[in-house]
Amino acid sequence: MIHDAIVIGAGHNGLVAACYLARAGMKVCVVEKNDWIGGAAVSRELYPGFTYSNCSYVSSLFRPEIMRDLELPKHGLQILPYEGGAVFQQGGGYLGMFRDHDANRREFARHSRRDAEAYDIYARDILRFCRFIRPMLMRTPPDPSSLRPRDLSELLWLGKQMGALSERMRARMVQFWTMSIADFLDEYFESPVIKGYLAVSAIIGTALGPMSPGSAYVLLHHYMGDVDGNVGAWGFARGGMGAITRALTDSLKAAGGEVRTGQGVERIDVTGGRASGVVLANGDVLRARRVISNMDVKRTFLRHVDEAVLPGEFVRRVKTFKIRGSSGKLNIALDSAPVFPALPEGAPNVRGDLHFTDSIERMERGYDDWKAGRFSRDPFQDVMIPTMIDPTMVPPGKHFMSCFVQYAPPKIEGRDWTDADRDAFRDTCLNQIETYSPGFKDRVLHVEVRTPRELEAEVGLTEGNIFQGELTFDQLLFNRPVPGYAQYRSPIRDLWMCGSSTHPGGGVMGAPGRNAAAEVLREAGMKRGMRDAYAVL
Amino acid sequence: MTTLGHFRTPLLQTPFHPRTAAANVLSRWGPWGGYMAALCFGDVDMEYTAIRNAASVYDLCPMVKYRIAGRDAAAYLNRLTLRNAATLPVGAVHYTAWCDDDGKLLDDCTLFRNGPDDFLICCQERHLPWLLDSAEGFDVQVAEVTQDIAALSLQGPCSASVLAAAGFDVEALKPFRMARFAFAAGEVTISRTGFTGDLGYELWIDPALALPLWDRLMTAGAPWGIRPIGSDALNLARIEAGFIITNLDFVPAHQALREDRPRSPLEMGLGWMIDWDKGHFTGRQALLAEKQAGSAWALVGLDIPGNVSAEGSILYHDKRTEAGFVTAAAWSPALKASIALAQVKARNLPGGNLWVEIYALRELQYVKLMLPVTVVERPFFNPPRRRATPAGRV
Amino acid sequence: MPTRSSDVLVIGGGVNGLACAARLAAAGCKVVLLETTGKVGGGAGEREFAPGFRAPALAHLTQGLDSRMVDGMGLARHGLVFHPPLATTVVSATGDHLVVRGGQTTGPDAAAWAALQAKLSAFARVLAPFRQMPPPRLSGQNRWPGLARQALGIRTLGRANLRELLRMILINVHDVAEDELTDDRLKGLLAFDATLGAWLGPRSPNSLILYLDRLARGEGSLLPKGGMAALAAALGRAAESAGVRVRTTAAVQQVLVEGGRAVGVLLADGEEIRSGLVVSAIHPRTTFHGLVGAAALDAGFYRATGHIRSRGGAAKLHLALRDAPDFRGADLRSRLVIAPSSEVVEAAFNPVKYGEVPDSPVLEAILPSAHEPGQAPEGAHVLSAIVQYAPHAPRAGLSAARAALLEAALGVLEAHAPGLRGLVSHADLLMPQDIEARFGMVGGNWHHGELAVEQMLFNRPQFGAAHYSTPVDGLWLAGAGSHPGGGINGAAGWNAAGALLEARA
Repeated sequence: MIHDAIVIGAGHNGLVAACYLARAGMKVCVVEKNDWIGGAAVSRELYPGFTYSNCSYVSSLFRPEIMRDLELPKHGLQILPYEGGAVFQQGGGYLGMFRDHDANRREFARHSRRDAEAYDIYARDILRFCRFIRPMLMRTPPDPSSLRPRDLSELLWLGKQMGALSERMRARMVQFWTMSIADFLDEYFESPVIKGYLAVSAIIGTALGPMSPGSAYVLLHHYMGDVDGNVGAWGFARGGMGAITRALTDSLKAAGGEVRTGQGVERIDVTGGRASGVVLANGDVLRARRVISNMDVKRTFLRHVDEAVLPGEFVRRVKTFKIRGSSGKLNIALDSAPVFPALPEGAPNVRGDLHFTDSIERMERGYDDWKAGRFSRDPFQDVMIPTMIDPTMVPPGKHFMSCFVQYAPPKIEGRDWTDADRDAFRDTCLNQIETYSPGFKDRVLHVEVRTPRELEAEVGLTEGNIFQGELTFDQLLFNRPVPGYAQYRSPIRDLWMCGSSTHPGGGVMGAPGRNAAAEVLREAGMKRGMRDAYAVL
Repeated sequence: MTTLGHFRTPLLQTPFHPRTAAANVLSRWGPWGGYMAALCFGDVDMEYTAIRNAASVYDLCPMVKYRIAGRDAAAYLNRLTLRNAATLPVGAVHYTAWCDDDGKLLDDCTLFRNGPDDFLICCQERHLPWLLDSAEGFDVQVAEVTQDIAALSLQGPCSASVLAAAGFDVEALKPFRMARFAFAAGEVTISRTGFTGDLGYELWIDPALALPLWDRLMTAGAPWGIRPIGSDALNLARIEAGFIITNLDFVPAHQALREDRPRSPLEMGLGWMIDWDKGHFTGRQALLAEKQAGSAWALVGLDIPGNVSAEGSILYHDKRTEAGFVTAAAWSPALKASIALAQVKARNLPGGNLWVEIYALRELQYVKLMLPVTVVERPFFNPPRRRATPAGRV
Repeated sequence: MPTRSSDVLVIGGGVNGLACAARLAAAGCKVVLLETTGKVGGGAGEREFAPGFRAPALAHLTQGLDSRMVDGMGLARHGLVFHPPLATTVVSATGDHLVVRGGQTTGPDAAAWAALQAKLSAFARVLAPFRQMPPPRLSGQNRWPGLARQALGIRTLGRANLRELLRMILINVHDVAEDELTDDRLKGLLAFDATLGAWLGPRSPNSLILYLDRLARGEGSLLPKGGMAALAAALGRAAESAGVRVRTTAAVQQVLVEGGRAVGVLLADGEEIRSGLVVSAIHPRTTFHGLVGAAALDAGFYRATGHIRSRGGAAKLHLALRDAPDFRGADLRSRLVIAPSSEVVEAAFNPVKYGEVPDSPVLEAILPSAHEPGQAPEGAHVLSAIVQYAPHAPRAGLSAARAALLEAALGVLEAHAPGLRGLVSHADLLMPQDIEARFGMVGGNWHHGELAVEQMLFNRPQFGAAHYSTPVDGLWLAGAGSHPGGGINGAAGWNAAGALLEARA
């Protein structure tokens, strides 16, 4: 039997691409090396009775257009907004975030009256940048070196987007795209803790520090999503992040597609210059008219394709593709809710994201450790307790806590991580939490520790990079993953890319999968059956 | 656990809250500048009638107030605002506004001069970052004093009489002037200002004395039928007076997400404020360029046939092309007319032929009306008693 | 006070001020140039820092003087002659030095270095014309034919190179070094040269473009015969012969603005000078905050001036040496670079982010006394070095930080030239704050505002003043704070004069 398309990897982007292709009438098979579906968007029971979102842990970026196209709500997907957040300060203080505007202003005003109001102007500016960039997420990047009508018309479209802005705004946006978040925040704020809180989104998942130029763009990458129209807001998937890939799988099956788990791909077959199928690790051969890889670009071409059939320059660029992991994760089962004495009784902030780095300087010093090949001695942690809101994941009264940790390098001083390194990393993180929540460690039932080593081994993310490649300009837009190959096609006919290594990059967004499917269908001359990006009013 | 609990009361209560809460039989409150503000105490028609017929009291505490003090205070305000603050006499007030570099409005305000180097800005929105930024290079202190000053607006044809009965003789006080009176252990400042287009005063006092002042006014005003009013009734009066409100009739430039939304003072009919000869002020070059090139928008007053309020309606030129939109509208009891404030594209203004498309909800069903409108002078309602000095006693 | 009038007053007698004044004078304007200190030249000058020891006051080499200025001012005629271009020696602590001349070097990476330099030079060639024109605008008001020509120039790179340019334009130099080279000495040199004078490390995105800019300025590090003072003197003579009236020790206190127009200046001694136009070649923040003042500017603009990032990350070291140092045999007439690897450069940047002093700085040193006599007493030597990185606002206080950095720099030098410390008879280290105090460069940044992508082109020094004109009618900018930035170059001043003349026509 010949499949119309084989998708390698049942992560969210692979499933999104598969869904669109199946709905357009293709016979689609998704092969997944793990025994479970989901890639980095999974819910797994790693401790009896406890569901873990053990990779990605919050949702905002996942495009509502895709949810609608693929009828994910019908297949059980629910996104729950979360409530507020807090940064704990050294010395016992805190900065809280509140959903209510007036409460938030008064809370910020405790730290700086000026900043409390400057925040509104800041948020307005960020939102302006988001409005500009969001329509680009769901489009194939043009090749600026090409003179094909389609590339030229896309470039023209980009020019028109720019044309809708004032000259001042254009200049400001160029600044924002290129500067460091530390410098950008300095133009608005004076309070170190407020700046520390706002810089968070600029470093999550990247191998940059808050003082690195280009980090402001990364912030935008985290703000351009929304929860039900609240741009920049984040939420939980009810039942854990696996709910997203579960709904996608159901949607795929409903459209006639299939997913085979426990079937890792050994090799992508290339015959006569075109991809003709895959050879599985168990020796089975699956034949297909096209192969779509949801693996990162390094894994796809350096491990599963014979280098001899690829152009030398392409291989060189894939080899130098930057995919350095910068983060790790602790997934913790808790016997009871942790208590943070700094917070007032009944404060809603624990139902949001909790941080312990109260200044940009502490985060930047953590990055200095990473550059030297060490995990941060005073790490940045993005701590979430989704079970404060989602009642479906754990037994009543118990909690699941997700701790996203930066920075953790792919290698420790040039060598592989050892179990001892991993334990030291775990203790560093737990001790930091214990400092702000005395008795925390006594509540711990189970900890899963994931350094870049575990992320790569299990999820298949090279070097443990959660975005399948860093989000710097040399790897964005028409440069992602490789200049000249940014339109989801590879140098080999019928071998496509749909993972986060492609535009617009990482996060549980689905846009790369959707855009790749659009290109596949366009080339196949089939109806696309997808919505354009929602018009921005 | 710390005891901070502000998140439990996101909206603050004003110093008058014990009285306004007791009077607010409908419990109709809305948020205003971080405070609870009464929308209506019980009967919006009677509250409006109090404004035009007798005397009304409106809790102004949520108005944002900044004290501007220091050697360069006047120079600072001249660079900040459109009018010439240096020529404002001590003890006087003027209505002014300020812009960003692009000449787009950030807010309008009443500016009180309490001393040669001591001013008070009273405005709708919060602007601390901009006011502090503007202070760079000036010897001036900027401080928000919203919580430090309680304010009441006493408006209506009998307001001077009520004040006299309360022991404050304001008969000789001219419009836009203020006077100080001893009250209880402190003093109250009374300015002849207001937002109703009628005879009226605003009273400024230490929050600790807020309740005694309220009680004094309500007792003294009882014979005239004084009553507290909510924002709904005030809004009706201000439309009749042709006044604009930040964030209702224009979007402050700092809050505008869409770059085409902010408006200049020329576009909002505030061009008369601009003192071109006082020296530089923020936005001057942009406004000068706009003055030469022409403005894109104009704020106008409209007279609309029939009795249906045109709130939220779109304007058309020749019934076909969109020409603007209504920002505020009401059936005016004082004029017996349907009136509106609207932003109109300047190119559609000459020649008339403007229409308004109204969707009127009648018994669950929308009825569409396309009506010709007439551009009329503002204020719509402007009684002589508003300006008469000495103020009329009733 | 007497009031004299002229067409144009130029404030600041640095390279850009002189270039601008000379070009205006040559075009027929009556120009008076006002310089605070006793002599012109700004960062190009000389100072006797110890009896008999003369060192370049700040800049110690030129890296591509603007050719239009050199020709237009006839600098050669006015006595400017250069020594042959200096080779670069990447000094190794073990004596395993590497000599680099442009794209040529030896060692395992000789071919890779040549290929990389060829590629980067091709990019630099198509970007270079942008240095010699006003920045493009992000609006319809551009001179499109000129821009189209530059765009076509970029297209001539060919498709593969164009893609490569678009990939690399904002990349960090560390990754380029890692991708293209294996020899740590070359990686260190590339990282060092890219970040010289910048407030970022080699791992910072947007760092390669600074290297491209360095290449675009012109190849080769040049030392004027007679030292940097000779360059300053030639510039001064050329300006005066073009008709510029140069007034030194004329400190401007205020730009006079009447009716929204600059009408002259007020000097610190109370003298008022009227003029048709005022051109400021000093730091834009000093210009707007110090000389113009808030009252004559919009609040948003004034605040943005305060946001110009102008952190200096380089210190200047002068050593009087009793005898010639021995850098384990390195040629003392070359540019000596001590930057053992890209990681070391980055590690030297880390502490300055927090206002601290690096333990192991990287540096570029020259010995002017090795090139010609007269710089130091017979047999003795002068070492002039740029030491990176230095905190612009040290937490420990200026003098403690200065002492710490001097000690660290001497330690690095001693490790590479054993016995050097024993030769030092006098040491003088200018921290960024010292450079600010002496040369008026805010933050000690020699570009009058960091040369960083977000402060380039239409954002240099800030929106609303990026095309040499300013919001104040009749007030123009011509300093390093404007496009295309500083260094001893003159392009900003020359461009400014062109823009001003065009606006007048």
